[in-house]
Amino acid sequence: MNAPAIENLSRRGFLQGVGGLTLGFCISAPFAPAALARIGVSPAPTFGFNAFLRIASDDSVTVISKHLEMGQGTYTGLATILAEELDADWKTVRVEGAPADASRYNNLFWGPAQGTGGSTAIANSWGQLRAAGATARAMLVAAAAKRWQVPGAEITVREGVVSHAASKRKARFGELAEAAAQEKLLIDVALKKPADFRLVGRHARRLDSADKVNGKALFTQDVQLPGMLVAVVAHAPRYGAVLRGFDAAAAKRVKGVVEVVQIPSGVAVLAADTWSAKKGRDALKLDWDEARAFKLGTDEILAKYKELAKTPGLVAHTAGDADAAFAKAAKVIRAGFDFPYLAHAAMEPMNCVVKRTAEGCEVWNGEQLHTGDQYALAGVFGIKAEQVKINMLYAGGSFGRRANTKSDYVVEAANIVKAIDGRAPVKLVWLREDDMRGGYYRPLFHHALEAAIDAEGRLAGWRHRLVGQSILKGSPFEGMVKNGIDAVSVEGAANLPYAIPNMRVDLHTPEDIPVPVLWWRSVGSSHTAYSTEVFLDQVAKAMGKDPVALRLDLLGKHPRHAAVLRLAAEKAGWDKPLAAGKPGTRRGRGVAVHESFRSCVAQVAEVTLAADGTIKVDRVVCAVDCGIAVNPDNVRSQVEGAVGFALSAALYGEIALKDGVVTAGNFDAYPILRINEMPRVEVHILPSQANPTGIGEPGVPPLAPAVANAIGAATGRFPGRLPFRSEELKA
Amino acid sequence: MISLKVNGKSRQIDVAPDTPLLWALRDTLQLTGTKYGCGQALCGACTVHVDGVPTRACVTPVSAVAGRSISTIEAVDAGKVGRAVQEAWRRLDVVQCGYCQSGQIMSAVALLTTNRKPSDADIDNAMSGNLCRCATYQRIRAAIHEAARNLAKEKQA
Ligand code: FES
Ligand code: FES
Repeated sequence: MNAPAIENLSRRGFLQGVGGLTLGFCISAPFAPAALARIGVSPAPTFGFNAFLRIASDDSVTVISKHLEMGQGTYTGLATILAEELDADWKTVRVEGAPADASRYNNLFWGPAQGTGGSTAIANSWGQLRAAGATARAMLVAAAAKRWQVPGAEITVREGVVSHAASKRKARFGELAEAAAQEKLLIDVALKKPADFRLVGRHARRLDSADKVNGKALFTQDVQLPGMLVAVVAHAPRYGAVLRGFDAAAAKRVKGVVEVVQIPSGVAVLAADTWSAKKGRDALKLDWDEARAFKLGTDEILAKYKELAKTPGLVAHTAGDADAAFAKAAKVIRAGFDFPYLAHAAMEPMNCVVKRTAEGCEVWNGEQLHTGDQYALAGVFGIKAEQVKINMLYAGGSFGRRANTKSDYVVEAANIVKAIDGRAPVKLVWLREDDMRGGYYRPLFHHALEAAIDAEGRLAGWRHRLVGQSILKGSPFEGMVKNGIDAVSVEGAANLPYAIPNMRVDLHTPEDIPVPVLWWRSVGSSHTAYSTEVFLDQVAKAMGKDPVALRLDLLGKHPRHAAVLRLAAEKAGWDKPLAAGKPGTRRGRGVAVHESFRSCVAQVAEVTLAADGTIKVDRVVCAVDCGIAVNPDNVRSQVEGAVGFALSAALYGEIALKDGVVTAGNFDAYPILRINEMPRVEVHILPSQANPTGIGEPGVPPLAPAVANAIGAATGRFPGRLPFRSEELKA
Repeated sequence: MISLKVNGKSRQIDVAPDTPLLWALRDTLQLTGTKYGCGQALCGACTVHVDGVPTRACVTPVSAVAGRSISTIEAVDAGKVGRAVQEAWRRLDVVQCGYCQSGQIMSAVALLTTNRKPSDADIDNAMSGNLCRCATYQRIRAAIHEAARNLAKEKQA
C-alpha cells in the first residue's frame, strides 16, 4: 500500500506509475441526476475530457469524485487538485460522485478496488487528478491554438479563461469545451511547480456547505423512490442466535405494514413509511434459539485476554535482544492498558436503498467500499458485479463503519429485496439501537508494556504485548495478515519511532470471540498510540526526564515526528508553567505524538480535574505534518473534529456486553461529546513540499494519550484503561 | 386526517395520530431536511420550531401539534436570523458530514431569535442538546457569535 511516487509526473509516467490506469473517457452522464450527491447541476451541453472532468458550454467545471464525501472534505479537496492544474475558475467548479467502476476509479493505494478509507483519498488522487487537470488544460490550449491559428506555447490560462496576449484573443472554457474535448490527450504535460499554485494551499471554501445548511443535501436516509418500501429489521439478540420461528400477526395488523419476511439476518417488516415499519417490527414475536449463542460479557473477555497476555504471542517486531536488556536492567517499569469495544455511531445510522432492475440491481448508499459491495450484492442476486450499479450519496459520517468487509447492512438490504422477489425498491433503515448493537466495533484490546532502564539511566529495553481480535482475518484485505500478524493490530506499536536498542512487540489474536470487529477512525493507532505514549510518560517520570525532552532524545531518526513535537510544544508554551486553576481543582498538561496514515501529529492537552475527578479538557494545541495541505482550512477542520471524536471515546466510549448482549442502545448509554465539553483547539500546519498524506484520521490517536498524560501530570495517576473513570481520579 | 401548518402552508396528512412529527415531515411531506438520529430526544438532529420554540420532532406526535405553526430547515431562510446563521455557517465552513447541521441551525436560530448577544454559556445551554459526531462544535460556537455580530450590524445600518 505504498504511494507511487507521482510528484511532477508527466502523463506518460502517470500512466506507467499507476499500473496502466487510464484517464478513461465518460462522455455521457451515467446516472439519473436527481439521485446523486452532486453539487450544482449544469443543464448546458457538457463535454467529457476524462474520467474525472466534464466542462459544460456554460463554463461549469464538473469534477468527478471517486471517493465518498462523509464529512472529511474530500469533494472539495479533490476538486481543488484538479482545478489547480486546469486553472479553472473556482466559482464554476462542481463535484459529482463517481459510479462504481474499479477500472477507472480504483483507489490507487489499494490495487484494483474502489473505495474510500485509510485517509487515502487526497494522497492517492494527488498525481492522478493533477494529470487529469493538466491534460485537459492542454486540450483547451490546443483547441484555442487551432481556432486562433497561433502557437500553443503563447497561450496562457487563468481562472477559466484561455488567452493569447499578442492577438488579444480570449475564450472562456465553455466556448472551447466542445472542440477541446475532441483533442487528443497529450502525452507529456508538465505539472505546475508548487510555487505556482493558486488554489492548493489556499483557502477554498467547501463546495458542500450550501446544501448542508438548507436541508437540500441528499443522504441515503432521504432517498424516496416511486413504490419504495421502508424496511426495519428485528435482529438476533446475541451473536450466533438462530431464529426458530416468529409470529407476525400483530405486526401485520399495524396500519401501513405491507409485508413481513424472514432474511438470513432476522425478520424484516416492510411498510410504506418508517414509523409503521418500526411499529410493525416492535410488534413481532420472535423465538430465538440461543443454545449456541455467544454469552460472555466484556469483563470475561478482558479477563481471558489478561490471562493470554501472560504467555508469549507471535512476534511482530524485534530489535536487539530485549530479554537480555531486561536481565541486565537497573530498573523495570510495567503497565497494562485496557481498551473497550467502540461503536462508530455515525450521526446517520446505517441504511441502504436497493432496487432490482432489468439490468441487475441499483443501489443508493453512502458508498465507501464500491468493489466489495458490488461483489457481495452480485452474490445475493446471482448476477455479475458490473450489473450492480451504485449511486454514491453523501454519508452522514462513517468513521470506517460503511467500509464493511462483509458488506453487512448492504447485503441485508439486498436480502430483503430478494425475499420479496424484487417487487419493490426497499430502503433499509437501521434505527439507532440497530446501529449501536449492529457489531463491527473497534476491537477490545489489552496491552502489557515493560521498559528496562539500564545502570546508566538509559531506556535500554521495551517489550510490548497486545491481545485483541483481528480486523483483517477473513476479510478481502487478508493479504495484509503476514505470518499470523494482522498489520493493523500492531500498527503504531511495531513501528514505534523511538530509538530503543532492544525491543520486542508480540501479539495474540483470539479467534473464539464472535463479536464482529472493524476499523474505527485511525484503526490500530486508536489504541497503540495510547499505550505507547502514556507508557513513555510513565517511563519519563521514572527517569526524571521531561516528556518532550525524552521524546526528542529518542526521535533522532524521525525528523517529522520531532518537528511536529517541537512546534506543538512551542505553541503550547511548554517551557512556561501551566496557569493554576480555581481553588480545589488540579491542572495538568500532557503531550503525545504519533504517526498514522503517513502523517505526523503532536498534541499538547491542558486539563483541569475537579475534586470529584471530573475531567475538563480546556485546550488542545495540535501540530500537523500532512505533506502539502491541499486545503489548510479543511486540515484544521479535520483535526478539530478528530480531537472532539477522540475525546468522546476517552471520556465515555465503551460498548459493553453482558451475557453476550450489547447493553448500550442509544446516546444515553453511549454518550457523545457535547458542545460544552469541547476544548479550545488550535491547529498548526507544518509547511511542506512533500506529496499530501492523510488527514481524516491522524488527528485522533494523540488526543487520548495527551489528555491521560495531562491527568498523570496533575494527579500522578496515569489511567490504565479507556474510557477514563472519574472515581479513580478523586482528589 | 390531521391538519398541519408547515412552513406557512396548511397540509392534510393521513397518518396514525401517534406518528412522530419527524416521520410525518420526512416520509409523508417529503421534507427530508429534518433528520433522524436517535428517536428519543437525545441528539437534536430532528429539531424544528413549533410556534417558534425549538422542538424535537422525533418525540412529538403529530396529534400534539395539529394546527400549530411548524417551521423546518427548508424555510429557515425566510427569516433574517435564519439567513444570518446560514451565512455564518457557510463563511466559517462549519459543516463536515452535515447530517446534524439542520438541527444545529434550527437550535441556533431559536437562540439568536430570543438572545441577540449570546455568551459562551448561553450557547452551551442552547446547543448542548445537539450532538455532532464530527465534533464541529468549535466552529458552531464561532458561527453563532459571527451571526450575532452581523445581525447587530444590520440593525445599526
Ligand atoms: S432524532 Fe430527535 S433528538 Fe435525536
Ligand atoms: S457535521 Fe457530521 S454529525 Fe455534525
